[in-house]
Amino acid sequence: MKKKQTAVVVSQREAASRIYDMWIETDLAEQARPGQFLCIYPRDKSTLLPRPISICEVREDGKALRIVYRIAGQGTAEFSGYMPGDGIQILGSLGNGFPVDAARGKKVLLMGGGIGIPPLLQLAKTLGGVTDQDNIRIVVGYRDAQTFLKEDLERYGHLYIATEDGSVGSKGNVMNAVEDNGLDTELIYACGPMPMLRAIKRYSEEKGIKAYISLEEHMACGVGACLGCVVKTKKVDSHSHVHNARICTDGPVFEAEEVEI
Amino acid sequence: MNTQTTIAGVTFKNPVMTASGTFGSGMEYSEFVDLNRLGAVVTKGVASVPWQGNPTPRVAEVYGGMLNAIGLQNPGIDVFMERDIPFLKQFDTKVIVNVCGKTVEDYVEVVERLGDEPAVSMLEINVSCPNVKEGAIAFGQKADALSHITQEIKRHARQPVIMKLSPNVTDIGEMARAAEAAGADALSLINTLTGMKIDIHRRKFALANKTGGLSGPAIKPVAVRMVYQAAQAVKIPIIGMGGIASAEDAMEFILAGASAVSIGAMNFVNPCTTLEVIKGIEDYMEQYHVENLTELIGAVEA
Repeated sequence: MKKKQTAVVVSQREAASRIYDMWIETDLAEQARPGQFLCIYPRDKSTLLPRPISICEVREDGKALRIVYRIAGQGTAEFSGYMPGDGIQILGSLGNGFPVDAARGKKVLLMGGGIGIPPLLQLAKTLGGVTDQDNIRIVVGYRDAQTFLKEDLERYGHLYIATEDGSVGSKGNVMNAVEDNGLDTELIYACGPMPMLRAIKRYSEEKGIKAYISLEEHMACGVGACLGCVVKTKKVDSHSHVHNARICTDGPVFEAEEVEI
Repeated sequence: MNTQTTIAGVTFKNPVMTASGTFGSGMEYSEFVDLNRLGAVVTKGVASVPWQGNPTPRVAEVYGGMLNAIGLQNPGIDVFMERDIPFLKQFDTKVIVNVCGKTVEDYVEVVERLGDEPAVSMLEINVSCPNVKEGAIAFGQKADALSHITQEIKRHARQPVIMKLSPNVTDIGEMARAAEAAGADALSLINTLTGMKIDIHRRKFALANKTGGLSGPAIKPVAVRMVYQAAQAVKIPIIGMGGIASAEDAMEFILAGASAVSIGAMNFVNPCTTLEVIKGIEDYMEQYHVENLTELIGAVEA
């Protein structure tokens, strides 16, 4: 059940330069799944549209959600100033989320780049329930040594890091880290910038491995009505019967081979 | 208190509708809004065949509003009749179907298919979408073209016809008169204003289509002015829209001459905007001891 509500900020801190880590008290946490997202509405009425931000973690008691987001403009800059106790306008939980059952008993790779890393945390936690923790390998790419969420991710799988400047782990991107560490896999989950997702789509198709990738696009409604955030699909989509699935509703997670990116 | 309003013989329980393209066929928003409470659901534009729409990015935020260039992606009339009409039939609200096309024949085909469907109360003809290259706006920016398509549609339509006008014209009064003279039963305005946004850091257009339609609170004063001018120019009823975010906004349109109003972009900001506007109009009527909403239509004084 989707709901729009005023939730309450529990805590907020700067996790890296311009990257913020916020806990929000909300009953949406109870049913939130890894890979789903919230639409967050700025108070400033000159910036009307909601900001889609992925769910990073669900608190064990099901009463709070964590988001880790980057300041990308006026709206997210406003959110970064919120203090504990402040109200925050949210709509959630949106989107399909990562299919967790697909990993049952399998060796998996979770790949994240930059601000695409946060949803992998709740995914890794949840995957622990369907496959051996030794099977969960997390590969994340950062710009530099500001490796936000590193300590959290290490708790739920084997963590491999790539940095663009080579300051930590492999120099380069997540694909370099996969190669450097000789990681093979039976299934991939990924979230990150488009060039990274394109590389993963190619890699998965070459190797014949199924990959689930989480996409992002500019959104307006967040609920599947405006048709603003579409992605080209191989098959005819369920809504418009063309080849444009809605990222907010049919996604944001798609099988890599099903989308043309 | 009576909030009913009548347009071309169709009576709506209240004057609040959804603006085409912002509410799908109501399905997605029915989780938030009791559709039974709306004056009408105005559907997303439907064409004779499925339309793919424009490449992404299709939406961009601007100060106090947004630009969109969706390009009328839609499943076509077949799927619409099989899926959307039965869905809408479950609710006690009026259904207005927005019709789009690339040629006069396209429009007529959809209009004829809808003719036998009693669940459809009215047709709204989209001759004002700025985001598709053929058809659509080509019919809506010249009075003679508007007149021609209005006549053709009226010859085939079984339901009353609303012509949705573009604000991207020099003289809205002339366009309103042309539609009225050609037989339109009602007008709706305004569609979006053509706009553009440039990302200065990437030195690229914010929208793949380069231009897009501006909507949201930023356009409201333009819309109120045009509704007023159209209402002065014609006798047929007008459905007013453009940046309505509150009952106060809606009352401006009604006082300017609109018999009903539609909520568009603000559905994206607050899915319950329609319900809040309905409640706010009732409060306004109570505050000013107005018995019938119809007393307020065009009641602005110089």
